[in-house]
Amino acid sequence: MKVPLSYNARSLLQRPVSTALTALGIALVVAVFIGMLALANGFRSALTRTGSSQNVLVLRRGADSELSSNMDRQSASILTSSPHVATGADGRPMVSPELYVVIPLPRAGGTDTTALANVVVRGVSPAAWTVRHNVGVEAGRKPESGKAEICVGKKLAGRFDHTAVGETLRFGGRNWTVVCQFSANGSAFESEIWGENEQFIPVFRGELFQSLTFRLKDPAAFAEAKRTLEADRRLTVDVYRESDFYTEQSQLLGRILQILAILITSIMAIGAIFGAINTMYAAVASRSPEIAVLLTLGFHPRSVLASFLAESALIALVGGIVGALLALPINGIVTSTTNWASFSEIAFSFRVTPGLLLAGICFALVMGLVGGFFPAWRAARLPVVQALR
Amino acid sequence: MKFLHLVLANLGRHKRRTFLTVASVALALFLFASLRTVVTTLDRAAQFGSARRLVVLNATGLVLPIPLSYANRLATAKGVSAVTWANWFGGKYGDNKRFFAQFAVDPTSYLAMYPEIVLPEDQKQAFLRERSSAIVGRRLLDLFGWRLGQDITIQGTLFPGDWTFTIRGVYTPSDPVINDDMMLFHHAYLEERTGRPGLAGWYVLEINDPNNAAAIGKTIDDGFRNSSTPTKTGTEQAFNASFATMWGNVSLLMGTIGMAVVFAILLVTANAMMMSSRERTGEVAVLKTIGFTDRTLFGLVMLEAGIIALTGAVLGLGGAKLLYKASNFNAGGFLPGFDVTANTLILGIAVTLVLMLASGLVPAVRAARLPVVQALRRVE
Repeated sequence: MKVPLSYNARSLLQRPVSTALTALGIALVVAVFIGMLALANGFRSALTRTGSSQNVLVLRRGADSELSSNMDRQSASILTSSPHVATGADGRPMVSPELYVVIPLPRAGGTDTTALANVVVRGVSPAAWTVRHNVGVEAGRKPESGKAEICVGKKLAGRFDHTAVGETLRFGGRNWTVVCQFSANGSAFESEIWGENEQFIPVFRGELFQSLTFRLKDPAAFAEAKRTLEADRRLTVDVYRESDFYTEQSQLLGRILQILAILITSIMAIGAIFGAINTMYAAVASRSPEIAVLLTLGFHPRSVLASFLAESALIALVGGIVGALLALPINGIVTSTTNWASFSEIAFSFRVTPGLLLAGICFALVMGLVGGFFPAWRAARLPVVQALR
Repeated sequence: MKFLHLVLANLGRHKRRTFLTVASVALALFLFASLRTVVTTLDRAAQFGSARRLVVLNATGLVLPIPLSYANRLATAKGVSAVTWANWFGGKYGDNKRFFAQFAVDPTSYLAMYPEIVLPEDQKQAFLRERSSAIVGRRLLDLFGWRLGQDITIQGTLFPGDWTFTIRGVYTPSDPVINDDMMLFHHAYLEERTGRPGLAGWYVLEINDPNNAAAIGKTIDDGFRNSSTPTKTGTEQAFNASFATMWGNVSLLMGTIGMAVVFAILLVTANAMMMSSRERTGEVAVLKTIGFTDRTLFGLVMLEAGIIALTGAVLGLGGAKLLYKASNFNAGGFLPGFDVTANTLILGIAVTLVLMLASGLVPAVRAARLPVVQALRRVE
């Protein structure tokens, strides 16, 4: 026979302060847990969304990032004429040989000269806007070929001066007119400045691209494309699926954030569990006559054990839900950090997913069950006669 | 203090509860100290930099090179007493491709510029003599199990191919802010292998008078303004500070978590104190009856809270200090010189006092105000 759950709920209400303090302690742990994982999650998802599984990114062999790669025009044209490249609606190959540099830009509102952030400038071909299908112009129009015009990622606007449409931004020793703002599904592209590659090349690095991205004619034929291009003797390149490449780039920092989250929250969790243990022991001690009565009435010790475990879990559940609610408002807050793989600043949003909330609540339940186990065990083994006397 | 015995006896009554509460406080302060040390270490790195050193970068972008031909012009600039240059190499070592920093430097002038990089004279001479040699930090040597004279092969990412260097020296930094897991090798070797001579990543200048840093920097930048490669000159400190800001809102994040941790443990401690005081209602009444004053009883509860908080604090803060010291922790090279500062310890003690007040106040006031007759009746 089970002890009804309402018994536990009423007992908790009998000692509201103690219950609330314990639950709140667990809530804080859960909030930090969810918050930190939401940060790691947001960073990962920004980079994961950057690439498309239908696109192929080509870098110089051995280069581990776009920044450290380079590619001459001849290689670019060999790649462009590859049979694996899809053809666009206009009959042209869907290819974008790109220039990739990092420039220092002063943060908005700062007169402090040290407040410079590194921002990615990407020179793209006119086809890039269709190759990257998640990129869309939000305000203004695309930069025209042959003009000193740029398009600014949505997340840069507001964080840096002179990034509104119609304004003039100066970098690389030239003035550039901002003609549009683009969105890219929350990806890392939104922290970049795009312009025509042929305009950027003379300003920055001379006759070299950094990378080349093309749309696969047949998305299933990636392995085949990788094999032929890497085996081509005229080229010394590494071929990546674009989505895999950017996911890989997020690994280092994503993993650091995740490890940090787990480390910090597990230490906090131990503290919270200690709190739960204290609370439950006190509850068991003050209710020994009650427990003895339950046992005398014929409730099995196992039921008493389950009942006290449930009571502890109930406190933790309340804490977990409160913690999840506390963490919820951070969803969508934009923060920035440096993507060390590209040495540039990337802005992204905290991402609190339903799965994460659930994980937080489960985490709370685990804390409750662990914290409640020994006190519940004591309750179940209570010597009836002594307790009643 | 004559009641200390009584307080200790009270603490010993629920040994498990006391232990768990002290342990929670210790964990909280351990975390607090660790999180704060991340912030102080970053701050220290941002403030590091000799006032006598300036860094000259390509104004267009950090990753773009500057012609080596600028060296002579920089050396003759007014107020500049020494010039050196370096390049970021960006190579990877071994199968697990662990990251560490490699720099191609002009050996003689670089070591003269950075007296903080200390290595034995014979190793230094051996390094200077041999073009394909390198010096590495002590930590790096231990990490990979290298030894002096060993050849190591590094895969270039920025400069393709396999690069073999002979380790001729092991340095130890005299200032903990300087990484002890870098590798330095000859800039000339880089030029020879790549066949692209004449490019430096950045220059470091030594100036005669730190007060003129801004003026000297401006003169240099003005001089190169209309050249093919305009420069941006700033103090070494500003250069390091710009790296530190690249971490974004780390300080805010760490601060927020630190507050949450402390607050969570406050709840645990306060709860424990409250439970103890509730159980002792009868005793307190008896003590009052035999002549203990309200003030003494208030003090006794506060003392109990204080002992719990302080014991936890000593364990947590001391543990953090010793652990990071003993393990020589540097977060994989990201946080060199990770050490709990005296300032952090003092702040930790302040947090502890707040913890004591906040957790002890309610029970202490309750004990002091307890109406004797009612309390005794309730026990019966």
